[in-house]
Amino acid sequence: MIQALTLILLCQLAGETLARWLGLPVPGPVLGMGLMVALLAASDRVAAAVVPVGQGILRHLSLLFVPAGVGVVGHVDRLGAEAAWLMVAIVISTVLAIAAGALTFKLVAWATGAGDEQRSVDD
Amino acid sequence: MTDFAEIWSYLARGPLVWLTLTLVAYVAADALSAAFGRAPLANPVLIAVILLGLTLWGTGTPYAVYFEGAQFVHFLLGPATVALAVPLYLQGARLKRAVLPVLAGLCAGSFVAVVSALWIARALGVAPETLAALAPKSTTAPVAIGIAESLGGSPTLAAVLVLITGMVGAIVATPLLNALGVRDWRARGLATGTAAHGIGTARALQVHPQAGAFAGIGMGLNAILTALLAPMVLRAFL
Repeated sequence: MIQALTLILLCQLAGETLARWLGLPVPGPVLGMGLMVALLAASDRVAAAVVPVGQGILRHLSLLFVPAGVGVVGHVDRLGAEAAWLMVAIVISTVLAIAAGALTFKLVAWATGAGDEQRSVDD
Repeated sequence: MTDFAEIWSYLARGPLVWLTLTLVAYVAADALSAAFGRAPLANPVLIAVILLGLTLWGTGTPYAVYFEGAQFVHFLLGPATVALAVPLYLQGARLKRAVLPVLAGLCAGSFVAVVSALWIARALGVAPETLAALAPKSTTAPVAIGIAESLGGSPTLAAVLVLITGMVGAIVATPLLNALGVRDWRARGLATGTAAHGIGTARALQVHPQAGAFAGIGMGLNAILTALLAPMVLRAFL
């Protein structure tokens, strides 16, 4: 487990360094995710160690948003008089974005023959 | 014997109480969410945030003091983002077969998220500097903060709008996608991760591993796409 955590932190560190160094608009951890995908694909030993630990961290991904979420409570007043309008914009736009993303995916999957794989056996 | 108020004032200054209470609130929220059969409205993030918000308010604790303890949990967001490589790797073959639908869904979701939010907010009379903080709301917080700052918006406001978007997305995704008749887990996950970043991805992982992997992809790619798209769209709206 400690090897897996070390690898995960090393990927994040490499990602942060790379993002800063090259001035990329992508956050370090996202680059770290890309690096980790490459490592997982390259080595079965890495995969055997990292997969269970990664799944363990992700099982409670929701928890990690709680501290920042609590910060929102204190900043609601910063939304000021526009709070209600911002909420309306966020709710409608999020609904539209999810619908647009999902329906476009479905349409293109159908058109390219990468259709629904609901019944595939490797789930 | 030291009275309770003194013990409290001693403990409340250190990180232990707030770290523990963060976990306690989450465990309670997660149990509640499970008791409601993972109903979308019983979102564990939302419930835990309300519980802790009430606690801070009731004890008169400033957020900065709370965060001293909660930062240890907050820090794990970075490693957890790296860990999203795991579902991606496990779903790699499936992902390769769906490159085109993924890119198309990503572009549509990302574009609609930015344009519709700005269009609605502007129509409702929201100020231009607030629009700058709203534009990157669907992307992951560190990216959104960077984008908002470069556009002249408030980074704090951007972070708040990002978190609200995530919770809204995590709550509306399941009923919305059911109503639209989208049963493909890949489409459901990708759309949710694109529109509602990590909080949407957390919800997708809770629902189905395939949805979780595609949500992670949506979140990661939308971080890049929004960084390119938001400045262009915002310029068109000002």
